[in-house]
Amino acid sequence: MGTTQSGIHGGRLSPSDYERNFSDLHPRLDDHEALVAADRCYFCHDAPCMTACPTTIDIPMFIRQISTGNPIGSAKTIFDQNILGGMCARVCPTETLCEEACVRNTAEHRPVEIGRLQRYATDVAIAGNHQFYARAERTGKAVAVVGAGPAGLACAHRLAVMGHDVVILEAREKSGGLNEYGIATYKAVDDFAQREVDYVLSVGGIEVKHGVKLGRDFTLADLTANFDAVFLGMGLAGVNGLGVEGEHLPGVVDAVDFIARLRQAKDKAEVPVGRRVVVIGGGMTAIDAAVQAKLLGAEEVTICYRRGKEHMNASPFEQDLAASKGVMIRHWLQPKRVIARDGHVAGIEVEYTELVDGRLAGTGETGVLAADQIFKAIGQTFEASGLGALSITGGRIAVDAEGRTSVPGIWAGGDCVKAGEDLTVTSVAQGRDAAESIHRALAAAVQPAAAVA
Amino acid sequence: MADLRNDFVGIKSPNPFWLASAPPTDKAYNVERAFKAGWGGVVWKTLGEEGPPVVNVNGPRYGAIWGADRRLLGLNNIELITDRDLYVNLREMKQVKMNWPDRALVASIMVPCEEESWKAILPLVEETGADGIELNFGCPHGMSERGMGAAVGQVPEYIEMVVRWCKQYTRMPVITKLTPNITDIRKPARAAKAGGTDAVSLINTINSIVSVDLDNFAPNPTVGGKGTHGGYCGPAVKPIALNMVAEIARDPETYGLPISGIGGITTWRDAAEFMALGAGNVQVCTAAMTYGFKIVQEMITGLSNWMDAKGHRTLDDIVARAVPNVTDWQYLNLNYIAKARIDQDACIKCGRCHIACEDTSHQAITQFVDGVRHFEVMEDECVGCNLCVNVCPVENCITMVGLEAGTLDQRTGKPVDPTYANWTTHPNNPMARQAAE
Ligand SMILES: Cc1cc2nc3c(=O)[nH]c(=O)nc-3n(C[C@H](O)[C@H](O)[C@H](O)COP(=O)(O)OP(=O)(O)OC[C@H]3O[C@@H](n4cnc5c(N)ncnc54)[C@H](O)[C@@H]3O)c2cc1C
Ligand SMILES: Cc1cc2nc3c(=O)[nH]c(=O)nc-3n(C[C@H](O)[C@H](O)[C@H](O)COP(=O)(O)O)c2cc1C
Ligand code: SF4
Repeated sequence: MGTTQSGIHGGRLSPSDYERNFSDLHPRLDDHEALVAADRCYFCHDAPCMTACPTTIDIPMFIRQISTGNPIGSAKTIFDQNILGGMCARVCPTETLCEEACVRNTAEHRPVEIGRLQRYATDVAIAGNHQFYARAERTGKAVAVVGAGPAGLACAHRLAVMGHDVVILEAREKSGGLNEYGIATYKAVDDFAQREVDYVLSVGGIEVKHGVKLGRDFTLADLTANFDAVFLGMGLAGVNGLGVEGEHLPGVVDAVDFIARLRQAKDKAEVPVGRRVVVIGGGMTAIDAAVQAKLLGAEEVTICYRRGKEHMNASPFEQDLAASKGVMIRHWLQPKRVIARDGHVAGIEVEYTELVDGRLAGTGETGVLAADQIFKAIGQTFEASGLGALSITGGRIAVDAEGRTSVPGIWAGGDCVKAGEDLTVTSVAQGRDAAESIHRALAAAVQPAAAVA
Repeated sequence: MADLRNDFVGIKSPNPFWLASAPPTDKAYNVERAFKAGWGGVVWKTLGEEGPPVVNVNGPRYGAIWGADRRLLGLNNIELITDRDLYVNLREMKQVKMNWPDRALVASIMVPCEEESWKAILPLVEETGADGIELNFGCPHGMSERGMGAAVGQVPEYIEMVVRWCKQYTRMPVITKLTPNITDIRKPARAAKAGGTDAVSLINTINSIVSVDLDNFAPNPTVGGKGTHGGYCGPAVKPIALNMVAEIARDPETYGLPISGIGGITTWRDAAEFMALGAGNVQVCTAAMTYGFKIVQEMITGLSNWMDAKGHRTLDDIVARAVPNVTDWQYLNLNYIAKARIDQDACIKCGRCHIACEDTSHQAITQFVDGVRHFEVMEDECVGCNLCVNVCPVENCITMVGLEAGTLDQRTGKPVDPTYANWTTHPNNPMARQAAE
């Protein structure tokens, strides 16, 4: 088959090529590498890395624990703040978070490898199935969590630890949200996402129901009637359309669907990919789709972004990664029309763009890129159906700093709210903080009786 | 090019770098390799009495302290003196000395503390053509339990007695190797001098337990479930050795007594420091055992380049140059005032200077200035202690700046006094002598 056959096919590569392409991007540090990497940390006071972490992990402390041969203590330091610290260690854009803040950059332009060290410690703990948390005495309160993504899992875990009973209602067949269906394959290899879910749930007190969807199988009112509190962590279920002619032709696919299929494929050779692939978009999803298309054996992969390099949501690190895999990134191009041949995608007509008085406009100059497959990666949208009176802002659920929605008793966090960046780690922070807020609210509700007695 | 030729109590070597008496000098094979690599001399692994040689343990002999990258910082051993037959050693020494006439070959000796034993071995050693002898009064383990090594080195009277025997029964120069396992190193040095020694060498290893195996609850190295104290050496012991060398170099009673400096020497710079404090040459063990004999080439070129850069032509230009600047605390100038200064361009904002000063010292470094993370010395609080300089991970970022006489010390509100004044005359000192009287 090979990389040069036109059309959309699987099996373009040899099994060993697939294996190599989809192996770990940053393999786990071995013990000695971890000690050496840990030794570079200065144990900063009021460390800037810690401030830069959305979950405020005590980074200098966990690194020091690694350097003293105490990876289990290190893992607990991480999990205390971020129960999904294992996944975050793999997927966080550390170059724009903790590692960007590391003071080592100032002198040497090379930060402490915080992400890889975090992975080292969390891997040791998860592999050994170390359970750090015992549930507090049962409170008798029940909380419903919608969505088993990072936000929902973090919220559920914190609530369970504090003694509440949690039921997670999840539309898909597996838990994990985008950890399971969205994250690039080479960031979370093998079944780590599921192992991590099992690890999180092993604390007890959390029941997960799969295949049940808010708005289809139950309503928000059902939840408020049956639970003491509700947390919404549904992420972004919708995808923006291109809004151009030919968008619905076979061969035009949602990048997120493509990635989900790839993540679920046991044998990567089963995932078909075009010889020439064009990805429309400029964010993390566009990069992930483009890189993985290339890794599946596409001969030519081009990302078309309608603005300049400096406007891309994808970090320079990710852009470099894409370039290193042979992905071509082109700027100032917007889609005009998908071109068909024999009822199938044959190319895409694009138009050059420019900024006119700060607004994006087509220049009128067009061209055609040949393509057998086109990925749409121009953003996900929040599907707000079935949420009743809940306030929406900027297309997502409106919440305050603690994650409270406009309706008492309902909290929300993660990608479905308008706050922070759409990142795994941000979602974990919001889920965790909402759990604390829920706990305070539930405790306040029982207080008067206790005070009288 | 600096002239590195060394003349130590009449023993000549092309450079001042000798290998100390230890495994690297245990047999002809090693010593030949060492001389090929460029070492100026060796002190042969300590010889024992005629007869069946001592036996070593057949399990681990070493324990260590490492940095994060397994850089060896300190080594501990429970090895004894040579476990090879005396005559095998003597034959090999003779052959090696013949092969390498320009290199120094000194025999280290440890025999029981009896005149007959010393009298018996000295002519045998002399016959090899060795350039001198070194008396091992240092081994802190094993041999000391048998009344030798440190057991002798800890009793100044014994030292004097044995040195005297040796001076009596041999024409070879005598170097007395001292143990650091003693409270005042000047005492054994004085005793050696009184016995007529030509030189002292120091330090031998420091009594130590290097670590404990927490699975088996036994000290390392563990031999069949048990461990014992051993001798500590390597980079970690250098500061202790430097002080002991300096103490002897500046003691009026031993002033001018030649010293062979030993203890943690790993680079040319370490060697230069020992020599500046009074060592006429240096001996190396752990560094060679860690990296092999080739390191001497770095030592030779490093010392030579430094001497060239500083205009020092021969070793005499550097030996003991720092001795006059080693003094007692009571003579330090209490009117000298220094303040830490942070180079803001070099500062990486790790905050370690702040937390060290804030938690454990004098609360003299800011964390925020106008709400911005900014580390700056508050001169009105800084006592000039230098802790921040030592905890700062960036070289030369924080420096100590001495205040000019006459400038205001913001901490005391007084101008810096240009005169020299020390504790002996300080009003707070109950014993203060009246300067004028
Ligand atoms: C392709 C891609 C790659 C990414 N790569 C990275 C990365 O490398 N690093 C990073 O930090 N972030 C990355 N992100 C972002 C990150 O995955 C998200 O920010 C994060 O997963 C959001 O977590 P969440 O819990 O809010 O939502 P999700 O992970 O989306 O989880 C929501 C869950 O709710 C369920 N659900 C949705 N609607 C309903 C309903 N009505 N009823 C019941 N259940 C429902 C979903 O099935 C899902 O399981 C990526 C995103 C994408 C799309
Ligand atoms: C700056 C400084 C001052 C010290 N002052 C004293 C002192 O006044 N009295 C004392 O008994 N020990 C003093 N010590 C020794 C310490 O108490 C301790 O014994 C020594 O530092 C070894 O322990 P450590 O290396 O584990 O810190 C001092 C140590 C330092 C570093
Ligand atoms: S900023 Fe860098 S050096 Fe400082 S604590 Fe964080 S990881 Fe360590």
